[in-house]
Amino acid sequence: MSRLNDYDKAVETYEPVLGLETHIELDTNTKMFCGCSTAFGAEPNTQTCPVCLALPGALPVANKAAIEATVKIGLALNCHIAEWTRFARKNYFYPDMPKNFQTSQYEEPLCENGYVEVAVDGVDYRIEIERVHLEEDTGKTLHVGGATGRIHGATESLVDYNRAGIPLVEIVTKPVPGTGALAPEVAKAYVAELRDIVRSLGVSDVRMEQGSLRCDVNLSLNKPGEEWGTRTETKNVNSLRSVERAVRYEVRRQSALLDDGVKIIQETRHFHESTGETSPGRSKEEATDYRYFPEPDLAVMEPSREWVEELRAGLPELPRKRRERLQATWGLGDKEMQSVVNADAVGLIEATVAAGTTPTGAVKWWLGELSRRANEAGAELGALAITPEQVAELQGMVDDGRLNDKLARQVIDGVLAGEGSPVEVAAKRGLEVVSDTGALEAAVDEAISANPAVAEKIRGGTHAAAGVLIGAVMKATKGQADAGTVRKIILEKLG
Amino acid sequence: MSTISREEVAHLARLARLEVTDDELDAFAGQLDVILESMKTLAEVDTDGVQPTSHAVPLVNVFREDRPQPSLPRDAVLAGAPDTAEDRFRVPRILDEEA
Amino acid sequence: MSDRIVDKTAAELAADIREGRLTAVAVTTAFLDRIAAVDGTVKAFLHVDREGALATAREVDEALARGEELGPLAGVPIAVKDVVVTKGLPTTAASKILEGWIPPYDATITERIKAAKMPILGKTNLDEFAMGSSTEYSAYAQTVNPWDTARIPGGSGGGSAAAVAAKMAPLAIGTDTGGSIRQPGAVTGTFGAKPTYGSNSRYGLIAFSSSLDTPGPVSRNALDGALLHEVISGYDPRDSTAIDAPVPPVVAAAKAGADGDLSGVKLGVVKEFDQTFDAAEPGVVEAYRQAVEQLAKLGAEIVEVSCPSFSYALPTYYLIAPSEASSNLARYDGVRYGLRAGDDGRHGLEEVMSLTREAGFGPEVKRRIILGTYALSAGYVDAFYGKAQKVRTLIKRDFEAAFERVDALISPTTPFIAFKFGERTGDPYQMYLADLYTIPTNLYGGPGVSVPVGLSEGMPVGLQVMGPVMGDDITYRVAAAVESTQDTLLADTAPEIEEQ
Ligand SMILES: [Mg+2]
Ligand SMILES: [Zn+2]
Repeated sequence: MSRLNDYDKAVETYEPVLGLETHIELDTNTKMFCGCSTAFGAEPNTQTCPVCLALPGALPVANKAAIEATVKIGLALNCHIAEWTRFARKNYFYPDMPKNFQTSQYEEPLCENGYVEVAVDGVDYRIEIERVHLEEDTGKTLHVGGATGRIHGATESLVDYNRAGIPLVEIVTKPVPGTGALAPEVAKAYVAELRDIVRSLGVSDVRMEQGSLRCDVNLSLNKPGEEWGTRTETKNVNSLRSVERAVRYEVRRQSALLDDGVKIIQETRHFHESTGETSPGRSKEEATDYRYFPEPDLAVMEPSREWVEELRAGLPELPRKRRERLQATWGLGDKEMQSVVNADAVGLIEATVAAGTTPTGAVKWWLGELSRRANEAGAELGALAITPEQVAELQGMVDDGRLNDKLARQVIDGVLAGEGSPVEVAAKRGLEVVSDTGALEAAVDEAISANPAVAEKIRGGTHAAAGVLIGAVMKATKGQADAGTVRKIILEKLG
Repeated sequence: MSTISREEVAHLARLARLEVTDDELDAFAGQLDVILESMKTLAEVDTDGVQPTSHAVPLVNVFREDRPQPSLPRDAVLAGAPDTAEDRFRVPRILDEEA
Repeated sequence: MSDRIVDKTAAELAADIREGRLTAVAVTTAFLDRIAAVDGTVKAFLHVDREGALATAREVDEALARGEELGPLAGVPIAVKDVVVTKGLPTTAASKILEGWIPPYDATITERIKAAKMPILGKTNLDEFAMGSSTEYSAYAQTVNPWDTARIPGGSGGGSAAAVAAKMAPLAIGTDTGGSIRQPGAVTGTFGAKPTYGSNSRYGLIAFSSSLDTPGPVSRNALDGALLHEVISGYDPRDSTAIDAPVPPVVAAAKAGADGDLSGVKLGVVKEFDQTFDAAEPGVVEAYRQAVEQLAKLGAEIVEVSCPSFSYALPTYYLIAPSEASSNLARYDGVRYGLRAGDDGRHGLEEVMSLTREAGFGPEVKRRIILGTYALSAGYVDAFYGKAQKVRTLIKRDFEAAFERVDALISPTTPFIAFKFGERTGDPYQMYLADLYTIPTNLYGGPGVSVPVGLSEGMPVGLQVMGPVMGDDITYRVAAAVESTQDTLLADTAPEIEEQ
């Protein structure tokens, strides 16, 4: 393992320059160049045809919906849409790529020169977009025979081409300097913003856990005032948390090397989810000769200005606008809203409110208890096994006095354990505030007779002593009593 | 003088995933030289401001609607494969990259 | 002799079948028997599908008995170059790398042949992946020229041309990237047409050079070629480079040309080609000059035109075609279909891919892959491929300028008659010269046909007629007019091959 510097010390000495390359699988019905379905999770090699298997003689025809989706992404990222653009072949051999070239774009991407604005700690960063282009995804390779299912040590590999040919949009930023110590957060915020933008366009479900958004992180370090350093390209960074970790790791690793006077070599590295480390991959020397040339099997594209303007006019409200609107509607302060954004909870809270609860209730659960649970599990908030509708249902039960906060947390346990909706969990686990006053009065009577000294104090006017009796009643009712009601009954009886 | 060396042919063969014998290397190096010599005549041609031609009729915006078509039955997909396992194409271990 | 079924033209056979004088089964059987009798000598076929062909023939006879209306070539058998994908029939591109591959789908052209109810006799030999001019680069067999079995049948479509020349098929499908239909036609005394690029579908045609490959008809005369041309042509949405326009009326043009009247037609002879005649065979040049005189007698006005960029056609072609081929042939890696070599547990995938390609590809394919890889590799793509595409524009401009003055251009199809085996395989560049006159048309994308015009040293010589893009009809009209001056079709004067 590489020697690592302490992060804070590293960013005192070096300035990071970020670069992000993101691949997003589009949600089209069919693949980029053939009519095969793109549905996720099908049996291996059942969504393939002569074109996406690269059988001899097969030819591609471009999917119009994919072109349209890419232009929409370009417009949402403030890009210029090319007047004239074409596909190119990127030639390299790999078994998951049936033609042994990827149909991609080279010198003439569909969209160029855009930007995205992201806020971190109240500071806006403008991330310049170099290009947005359209290409095709590869198949999936299963490595078998090794201990870990990883390529290293595997004795053979098995290839499924269902994914081969699914339209893939590649979004490349220009180098991003000036983020300083916040580089990991800016990188994460950018990817989150990109994901939200694409999701708002309805052109991809952008599920990082299913691999429909994948990220490569470029990073270099330089001392202030010096030229930018040599960058590494870390592949396989497939969650928001990983983006942050990969940047942090590379800063710590590269700075340690630079401190030792070791030159950084331009290379591809791989990110390992389990350890948060990166390791070297194939060296650039062999890899860069992709022998790009214009794809002779496809016609050039000339997106008409009328069509582009039509698409621009039809763009939905973008995330930044939407956040401003929601913040106002929800009545949140800037800080609170920033917490919501950082927790990646905007959509979750919006959906929870839409399901019938108050913004305050929705914010309370998602930022409080549920964020805590997600952290514990090392998972994204949205990956928790509870839906916004269930959170709304939960808060509704609290509002109705059927649950108190303590009980509600137990209900969450049940929901996350897959026991059903909050109502079902409460019923199954018998978690409900006891509202039967007869039963409560009996419990209070029992508590009074068990604690005569305390009862005497209360009669004497020391109302604070009621806590002891309340505790006893709560214990007796397994926490299902409403503390306020219990206190009222006690004071009525002893007051 | 030779335009293309034996070593260069070997490098190109590697890029193209061709195992070539020493005899082939020698033969190809000589033959490619002759061909490349003739190609150098293209350098004389003045093509300033000339747009490239790729097809007989310039075609633009040739697209397909996003409507699914039937895929091949899996049996047919795998029938021609040199080796399969678990309904997938089996290949020997991949050496060149950690993924 | 003319009572023999195999001596009839496709047009005659079609009429005989349609009008009940012959059954499709009788016709198909006659050709299958002819294949059995002479293909041991000619070796034009890589695969014969007796059962499949007869099944289609029976369908035709049954449909006709029911009084159904069928297409113009229903029941007329056809041979298909083994670079066109045929579902359920082995398709190899004459390469070891595809040995045993049975396609799970049909090329568009194959679908159209099937829809036209033409029995497919089998798959014909070619230079591996259509790279060559003599069919000597086939991995499987050496097809011979039916006119002289010591000589090459041309290439890459030597099998299709020889099958038609030896009367094993009345019609065949060829593909033409740099002359692979026309040059074999010229050296075997048959008719061959390269249609306008994009006027028929490349879907299911095993790619050599995507921006040049064009499938087309091989036949005994222009009318037969035109009939087949209309069956296989027309827009196909599965080919993004297909032209969505009506097929030029080539059958009508061939019929019009048969009148032998070319008055009002202007034919251009290319000055830059004339300048190469010193290097061409004198007999070929002589036969060509006589053809030009004949055309003038038919009323055509002969005009000299200059196409200065034609001189660069050969090097341009030898940059574009191998570049595209190096990429098109990358898919043959032993993973999904075809040959796999070296998978013995000791080699990793990368080595297995290399060993597979080493074992599966022949020398010409390897040479072109390396050449193409070189032309596309770091730093060269603009200087080579990009430059070649610009020169292509200049060649196109030359054609367009010429077609402002003339209706069609004429030239010899190839500078030499069929050469003897082994004469040019040692020197690739000498082999490439066979396509000197045919290549400009591929780079431009327009149509070109080769029609037999005479003999040199007892071997056939072809005349090439080149037309403007989507002007295929004029090339058929001129070719049919040339045929009208001959008492007997040259194809019918070939020496008899001994039947076995
Ligand atoms: Mg990419
Ligand atoms: Zn497909």
